[in-house]
Amino acid sequence: MKAREKRLAMVIGGLTALGAAAGLVFYALGSGVSFYYSPTQVKNNEAPLDRTIRLGGLVQKGSLQRENDGLTVHFVVTDYAQNVDVTFKGILPDLFQEGQGVVAQGKMASNGGFTAMEVLAKHDENYMPPEVADMLKKGEQANKGAAATPVSTQN
Amino acid sequence: MAKSQTWLYFSSPKTFYPLAGKLIPWFTALAIVLTVIGLYMGFFVAPTDYKQGDSYRIIFIHVAAAWMSMFIYAVMAGYAVIGLVWNVKLSEMMASSLAPTGAIFTFLALWTGALWGRPTWGAYWVWDARLTSELILLFLYIGYMALQSAIDDPRRASRASALLAIVGVINLPIIYFSVRWWNTLHQGASVSPEMAPKMAADMKTTMMVMVFAFWMYAIAIVLARVRTLILEREKNTAWVVELLEAKQ
Repeated sequence: MKAREKRLAMVIGGLTALGAAAGLVFYALGSGVSFYYSPTQVKNNEAPLDRTIRLGGLVQKGSLQRENDGLTVHFVVTDYAQNVDVTFKGILPDLFQEGQGVVAQGKMASNGGFTAMEVLAKHDENYMPPEVADMLKKGEQANKGAAATPVSTQN
Repeated sequence: MAKSQTWLYFSSPKTFYPLAGKLIPWFTALAIVLTVIGLYMGFFVAPTDYKQGDSYRIIFIHVAAAWMSMFIYAVMAGYAVIGLVWNVKLSEMMASSLAPTGAIFTFLALWTGALWGRPTWGAYWVWDARLTSELILLFLYIGYMALQSAIDDPRRASRASALLAIVGVINLPIIYFSVRWWNTLHQGASVSPEMAPKMAADMKTTMMVMVFAFWMYAIAIVLARVRTLILEREKNTAWVVELLEAKQ
């Protein structure tokens, strides 16, 4: 083996070992790297109850309620499998909307609800002009009216 | 090594120096033209987004810078490997020249991301996997440059920092796939090789123009930097001495 080949072998071998090590580390960390827990994980008690956690999912349509003080809001975070009731007192981000993604930071309350201290809006990777969005919406509604099985454009 | 091969002809600093000098104006001109076109399209041609309004327009800088930050690191590590394994001096210099530009693009991606995150997410910064791994990329670039300037002998400095660059490559797939592997606040990819783009055609075209603009800028500035580095590291060779004498 020439010195040059030795060095190349060292680089390749080193990278392979490093890749394997990184893979194992992330495998061990598992969902610990994740930014938030889903409502299903929370309901299955996979999230710690005594610490501040983040809860992520979609704001269920029609679930947003505002209290008379104008600041406290209640909404339901869903992943279509499980729901968690969230209470938050503060200003919601501009993109916060029913049916949109949200990440709430806070603690589980004793009654199974979630008390948020901070609410972040999570937007998706779809970008389009409003006209196109309107057309998609109309198409979806037309589909719903025509067929018994609604065609979902959710991804 | 076979001297007759033409692609090896330009691997010597002496022959590459004038070639780089000839190429720089072309890439500079392309960078300026494409940036002007890209910014015009970004502000006036690309439509307003149905959900985010006009705040999404920073995507044209943000995504282009983020792609460049990762791509430049991959190229830098590639040059570092060639320099380390085959002892090609010019490759070492190319790797060193790429680092500052990569670091600038990484910073730009983080900074524009923060400016975009505040109005849309409601936070300048969160510690999710995508943002954190991109921050680590910035530290890798800074560490690479710091290590290189900490060692006086340029060859030794190149070898030591090459190892750091190679180790850091592991971060690239982590950045790229972070939004798929884990729950993140950062949204997934709108444009990727394996699926149809999730953005309007005009938006995508604008983004691509900005990517090419940044690409041309990166090539121009890196060639300019490598020329200075060649002069500095080859200052005792006959051809550099002659060149400097001819200039005076």
